[in-house]
Formats: sequence, C-alpha cells, structure tokens
Amino acid sequence: MRNLRRQGVVALGLAGLLVGTAACGGDSGTNDDGASGSDEGGGDTLVFGASADPVSLDPAYVSDGESLRAARQIYETLVTTEAGGTDIVEGLATKWEADEAGTAWTFTLRDGVTFHDGTEFDAEAVCFNFDRWYNFEGVQQSPSVSYYWQTVFTGFANNEDPEQGESLYASCEATDATTAVINLTGPSASFLPGLALAAFSIASPTALEEFGADEVTGTGEEPRFDGAYGLEEAVGTGPYTLESFEPGNRLVMTAYEDYWGDAPAIETIIFRPIADGPARRQALEAGEIQGYDLVDPADYEALEGAGYQLLSRPAFNVGYVGINTAKPPLDNPQIRQAIAHALNREALVQAQYPEGSEVATQFMPPELFGHADDVTEYEYDVEKAKALIAESGVANPTIEFWYPTGVSRPYMPNPEANFQAFQADLEAAGFTVTPQSAPWNPDYLDAVNTGAAGLYLLGWTGDFGDPDNFIGTFFRTDQPSWGTIPQEIQDQLEAGRTETDEAARTALYEDANRAIMEQLPGVPYVHTSPRLVFAENVVGYEPSPVSIEDFARVSFSD
Amino acid sequence: MLRFAARRVLLLVPILIGLSILVFLFVRALPGGPETALLGENATPERVAQVRELYGLDRPVYEQYVSYVQSVLSLDFGTSITTRQPVVEEIARRFPGTVELTVTAMIIAVAVGIPLGFVAARRYGSWVDNLSTAGSLLGIAIPVFALGYLLKYFFAIKLGWFPTQGREGSLMFRNEHPTGFYVLDGIVTGNPEAAVDALRHLILPALALATIPLAFITRITRASVLEVTGEDYVRTAEAKGMTRSVITRRHILRNAMLPIVTVVGLQTGLLLSGAVLTETVFAFDGIGRFLAQAVFARDFPVIQAGILFLAVIFVLVNLLVDLSYGLLDPRVRTR
Repeated sequence: MRNLRRQGVVALGLAGLLVGTAACGGDSGTNDDGASGSDEGGGDTLVFGASADPVSLDPAYVSDGESLRAARQIYETLVTTEAGGTDIVEGLATKWEADEAGTAWTFTLRDGVTFHDGTEFDAEAVCFNFDRWYNFEGVQQSPSVSYYWQTVFTGFANNEDPEQGESLYASCEATDATTAVINLTGPSASFLPGLALAAFSIASPTALEEFGADEVTGTGEEPRFDGAYGLEEAVGTGPYTLESFEPGNRLVMTAYEDYWGDAPAIETIIFRPIADGPARRQALEAGEIQGYDLVDPADYEALEGAGYQLLSRPAFNVGYVGINTAKPPLDNPQIRQAIAHALNREALVQAQYPEGSEVATQFMPPELFGHADDVTEYEYDVEKAKALIAESGVANPTIEFWYPTGVSRPYMPNPEANFQAFQADLEAAGFTVTPQSAPWNPDYLDAVNTGAAGLYLLGWTGDFGDPDNFIGTFFRTDQPSWGTIPQEIQDQLEAGRTETDEAARTALYEDANRAIMEQLPGVPYVHTSPRLVFAENVVGYEPSPVSIEDFARVSFSD
Repeated sequence: MLRFAARRVLLLVPILIGLSILVFLFVRALPGGPETALLGENATPERVAQVRELYGLDRPVYEQYVSYVQSVLSLDFGTSITTRQPVVEEIARRFPGTVELTVTAMIIAVAVGIPLGFVAARRYGSWVDNLSTAGSLLGIAIPVFALGYLLKYFFAIKLGWFPTQGREGSLMFRNEHPTGFYVLDGIVTGNPEAAVDALRHLILPALALATIPLAFITRITRASVLEVTGEDYVRTAEAKGMTRSVITRRHILRNAMLPIVTVVGLQTGLLLSGAVLTETVFAFDGIGRFLAQAVFARDFPVIQAGILFLAVIFVLVNLLVDLSYGLLDPRVRTR
C-alpha cells in the first residue's frame, strides 16, 4: 500500500509541478522585451484582436476586412476619407482636378515621401502601380483576386473573359515627379471615392518587382500566391512598416522612422488572430489585447460596465424587404404602399437589432451624400394599409414572402425572426402570406436574383463612400430581382455616375432617392452600426463607416 | 514480433483504400457539391459549369477517383482558398502545434488518470474511489468549450497565471522556430524564456483537452485493476508470500495494462484529430482550428485534405496501439 501511496503522491506532485512552473513563469516571463501572459501591450505596444489573418499584405489582391485593416497601416492611397466620415480628403495626393470631359485626372503628389525600402515616392511610382493593376493577367483577373479593381475599373488591358466590360482606366502619365495624370475611357464619379479603397494603395515598385508580387498561379477559384510579396514583404509609404507576419500567430508592424506625416504615438502594433468571439473578449479581459472589432451585441453592457470603451462605427449598410414589382399583385403601387405601411419597422429594429441601429427611410445610409431627408415615408399604420388594399381593387391579396436560412448578416442577424415579425404585420393588415425559405447560398440568392421571389429579405454593405455603390448598384440597370424600374430613375442614376460636379451629383442622388421611395421597389428598414471595443486607456481611435481606420492616431492616455 | 508487425502494417493497405474512398465520397456528398462550396454567393450556372469542368466533376466517378488518388499519392492537395498557400504546407506548419497540445494533454491524463484509477480500485468503495468515479463522470459530461472558457476565466482573467489564447506571447515575435514545436524550439535555440512562454500557453488548453481522456483512463484503470486483482494468479502469488510491491508490479499492473493502453492510444488518436473546439476556444494555431475555419470559409481543398490527413493519423496511432499489444502480451503476437 505504501507503494501505491507513493505513486499517487508522485502523480499529484507531477501535476502540481506542471501548474507550478507555469504559474511561476508568469512572473519570470514578464519583462521588457518578452512580456507574456497578462498585461501584454501597453506603453509602446498595442495588441489588437483580429478575427482572422490577412489573406495577403498585397492590397491589390484582397477584399476582406482583416487584410484591408492591415493594409491601411502599411500603405497609403492617393486620396482618403476624412477621419470618421466618407468625404474625400488628401492622401498621397494633395490636389486633384478633372478636365472638362471628366476623363483626365491630374493628381499633384505630396513631396518628400519615401517608401519603407528607402525608394522615392513619385509620379512614376503611381503610374507603375496603376499600370500593374491594369495589366493583370490570367489568375490575377479572377474576381476573387482583383475584386476592387473590377468594381471600380471594370476591365483590364487584355480581358481574358470576353464578357468582361471595357476598362475605365486608359493610361497614366508622369508629367513630372509630383504630377500624375490618370486618363479614363469615360467620366465616372465613383472613380475618386473608389481610389480611397485600400486596394488602390501605392506600393514600392522596386519591392513589387523584387519580391515577385505578380507571381500568382493556380486557378481563378484557387489562386496561389507564390511570391514573397504580401507574405514576407509589404512595402508602402504608410506610418507603419511590416516587421513580421506569421499567419495564425500575429502580424507585427513598427513605426516608420521617415514617415512624412506625424510620427505614430505607439511604436509597435500587433494584430493577433482570434477567430472565436468569446475568446476575443476573454483575451481583452486578461489584458492580452487592448481592443477588437465586431463586438457581440450581447457583450455591450458587460464590457461597458467593466470600464471598456465601446466605439460605434457609423452605419454603412441597409437591410430591406425587396419587392419584385413585376409580380402581381406586387405590380400594383397601392399594394406596395400597403405593405410599407403594414410593416412595423421600429418594433423590429428595437427588438432584433443592437442599440444604435437606425430605422431606414431609403436605400442608403444617412452618412452618405445624396441621402434625402424628405423622401416619402411610410409610417406604421395598419388601418391605412387596409384602406390601401381596399383601394387597390385586389381582393384577398396573397404574397409569397421569401427568407433565407443558415445565414447571418450585419443587417440581418436573424432572418427568420425578421420574417416572423413581418409576416405577422402583413397578416394583421389583411394579406395572406405564403412563407418560402431556402438556404442562403445558392438557392435563396438564385431565387431572388432570377426574379423568382416576390417579396424577400435582403440587404447590402457598402464598399466605398459613394451613392453609386448603393442605389446605383441596385437600380441603375435592369435587374430581375426588382422587376421593372422606371427608365427615368435609371437615367438619373446613370447621370449621377458620370457627373463629376459634387453639388450636381448630390442633387441627382437626392432626386433619385425621392423617386425610388415613391416608386417603392422595396421597403428599407434598418441601418446597423457595428462596434469596436478598446481598453480604457486607449485614445484616438476613430471608427469610419468605410473602415478606413488609422492606428497611427491612437495613443495610450497614461 | 516482426511478422506480427508486418501483418498489421499490411492490413493498413485495405484500410487506407477504404478511407480514401470514404473521404472522396463524403466531400462529393456535401450539400450543393464542391462547386457551390467553392463559388460562394451569386454563382451563375455558367460559372458552376466551369468549375465542374475544372475539377473534373463532370467526368465519370471512377475517373474522378483515380485522379484523386493520383493527386493524394503525389501529395498535391491544391491550394487553400483562404490562405492562398499550398494545403500541404499549411497542414505541415500547424501539425506540430496539435502534437504539442496532444502530448501535453495526454501526459496530464496518464499521469493523473492511471494512479487515480489504481488507487480507486485498490481502495474500492472508499472516498477516493467515490470521488474518482464522480470526477470521471463530470469529466466526460462537461463540454470541452465550456470548460475552456471556465479555465480561462479563473486561471487567466481572475488569477492571471496563464494566457487565454495563442501559442506564444504577442511580444515574443523575435523567437525562432526551427522545429515548429515551440517548447522544443525554446530549448534548442537556447531561449528558456521562450520555452516557458510556450509551455504556459499549452497548460490551459491541455487541461481542457485532458478531461475526457483523463476520465476514460481513470475508469478503465479502475475496472481493469479490479478485475485483475480478483484473478486466481494474484491470489496464488499472495499465498506464496510475495511482497505487495512485486505482486502489484509483475502481476497486477502489467496484466491490467492492456485495456489501459488501448484507451490511451485511442484517446491520443482522437485528440490529434479532434482538438477542434479546444484549439478554437484558445485561438491555438493547430490543425483543429485550421480545419474548423476551413469549414466556415468553405475552403474545400483544406477540408478534403484535412479529413484525410486526420483519418490517416488516427489509423496510424491505432497501428501503434496494436503493435504495443504485441509487446505487452506475447499471446497477441501468435494470434
């Protein structure tokens, strides 16, 4: 028996030793250059909890939020947005001007800017980057690789897909070191706001060539980045330089000594990938990270109560009930108005959406120019809805109402709950509702995009700060999901896209919003605003609707 | 022993072939098929057709299987859709982490489970026995992720002893990793601080991961020792006046070991392939988390290669268990 006891003691001792050494390590492991465990960061280092690794640090190849967040720190764009808004302000260019036709854009570049590898930033470098994107070939032309180029510039020098449209970009001339002229094939108002996208970051031509940025193999669906650029190397002009990138572990960036602007207050920024939401919160509470994005609304109160700062990112999305105006009885305007009056949008937003979400009155968020304050609004009024049904002459209107399953979107966290609330509202007003549901992808989206769905739940998150990216995307061209959109609305939106005078554009889009809400091809009901959380002593972080957020302005208060 | 080992290795061949067929069929049975998994939202029928052609999904099934086996044999699993790097490299980079975690968890489970089960059996019906039985039930019943969050809450947030996530501290970015096993790397590169840091990152996830094998090992040890203790030869040995320690060592422990080794082996295989929840909760960069993320991102090449890889690991661990039977029990070799 004594033997047994000894074994037990040994085992317990062993376990104790494991825990013990590790716990001791907590003290010995914390020092100036190798802090670990709690209280990482602080002072000259900020650790931010990312939801994933960047796909690549070559911004030309990415469209996901985490890659763009990283690119924002390392690179800069010709123009950018004002902090916390969508208005275009100076970036690497200090002045810009379009000719009368709106096709030749002259950019005056900032002087005395260098890339992190020491090479000069000048007009040649700008043209090198634009020509590089324009001449993408093979796999680089896949929408999954060059998504934003295709969103803003449509096509390439040699389109490999014959159905790809003509490129908006024509050429770039470096007339002198600080003047670059970008020629377009036609006027486009979304060109300038589009340039603020991190995808159009200006990278060091020397580094792009040296580290094989264009070495992309594989297939369109499975592109493979073979070069070191984007994984081991990333060279821009931004306030931070790439120190090291270990996917799965962390991305480390340090302040760039020769940065042209104000030197960043925090020397080292570390992005730590923590995919699990509760794990991000625990890492914050343990002091291992000092902030993270997309806080779970269920955590708002507890985090605020514990002294953390919650920052709200202005809404840049819209959730709507789409109406296929070609499908009877939805082709009847009075029926559409009856639907709009029947839906209790306030109640739904209050019950199902996090604090800070707004009820939408039109198909784009109020932060964006062109948002009209005086569109026709359809207040919740069951009696009015019943009266409209009676006026419409449609007896016992029956509607197929579609909602997706197995999906959650910022503008639609729980589609089924939205559906149930709206179904009850519609039935209260005298509609007969036939529920139709399908898995989000591909069945649901197919049903909506091919025009099979009559009434349906959908939404949109904006890519960049331009109305064309909202109502232009929806209504500028014929799309089966909306049924028939009057030609005059389409014309207005096309005029808005090509008009280059800011005031004239604003007026055009305001008019378009009024006309759209009069026509009522759907009932927009919500704009949501996601939140970030930071430790109490982090100051200066300014959330932007288009996520152009700069860690160089962040500092610690003590 | 050699012939026994050779026979067991040969038996692997049909198992692996069966396995490859299963994985092949499983992936093709995904809802919507791999093409919808790949194309994501808004895929047009034309694109779907293109992808089907690209992956040969439009060819007869047996042809698809042959080309699948060819690519598996040449270790060409394609490129990860999320990381855009070769799948083989991505898996190879993360496997050491999972191995480290599994080994640590199994050390905890074996070091605590076997003595505990043994003591429980030898003191049948005592408070130790009752406690170990209740503890085992709890260990099996509590969800790993819940335990993970609880451990982090107490030991990381409240006490600050251990970190909540990752494989090494955020600020340890100048560490070198020649082997990929971080604790070992710290020792090899003469950086004890890095080794301690890596070990500290292992403890909580390993504890969470160890609960289920610990519970199983405790219970099986207890049952096995109880059974062996009642055997005639033990009574004979006692009658012959052998000392307690000799009886325990030679007659009880060795004979009780067979089922215990089985459980240890099976659990090791399971942990190597099934640390999905633990790795996700602890943001631990191993195979499990990688695979879980691949599922959410519909990263089809990773899912396909990952499942096959983990299944093969499981089969290999089982082979090792079988071989160890031969060492422990000479009778097995002749069967």
